[in-house]
Amino acid sequence: MSDLYLFTALILLATVTAGLVRIFIGAARVERLLALQLFGTTAVAIVLLLAEGLKQPVLRDLALVLGLLASTMSVAYVRYGGLNPDTDYPSGKR
Amino acid sequence: MIYFTGWFLICAGVFFFLMGTLALMRFPDLYTRLHALTKADNLGLGMIAAGLALHSGSFTTSLKLLLIWLLIMLASASVSHLIARTARKVEHGKEYNA
Repeated sequence: MSDLYLFTALILLATVTAGLVRIFIGAARVERLLALQLFGTTAVAIVLLLAEGLKQPVLRDLALVLGLLASTMSVAYVRYGGLNPDTDYPSGKR
Repeated sequence: MIYFTGWFLICAGVFFFLMGTLALMRFPDLYTRLHALTKADNLGLGMIAAGLALHSGSFTTSLKLLLIWLLIMLASASVSHLIARTARKVEHGKEYNA
């Protein structure tokens, strides 16, 4: 029955793959950052499903770390100069 | 019964994730994409966490899943607010002071 958890995790992985399209043909750089934020949330869900499916409770701690790191990266990019306001936002002066 | 309720919640969560990804690709601009990202995905994660909590059958595991969901919601809300505020500042230039 634990195969069902793995299968569900696989479906979520497929949505991540679909989201990669947004990163490759993203309109502005900040929207690619949005896709990465989506991956962070999806990765947490995947890891939680794997923790149940593989009977590895320690993976739930990994989910916490993943969620924290995804948001920290976004904050660092937006706040501390990884993105250029003139070119990396959709309505900026180009 | 609890078992099937758990699977129902997990499937609903996967559905919300699918819709979130679809919205990220199909919505027209940054603000609507932020809207899709922060609401649909966190609801999907919450449903999956609730389903897994029902399946786990232990109080501490359920509490941990709840805490993970709350942390993700807090972080995601902060990040989306930050991105939206920065984008709005870029859009409106100096006249936006908030």
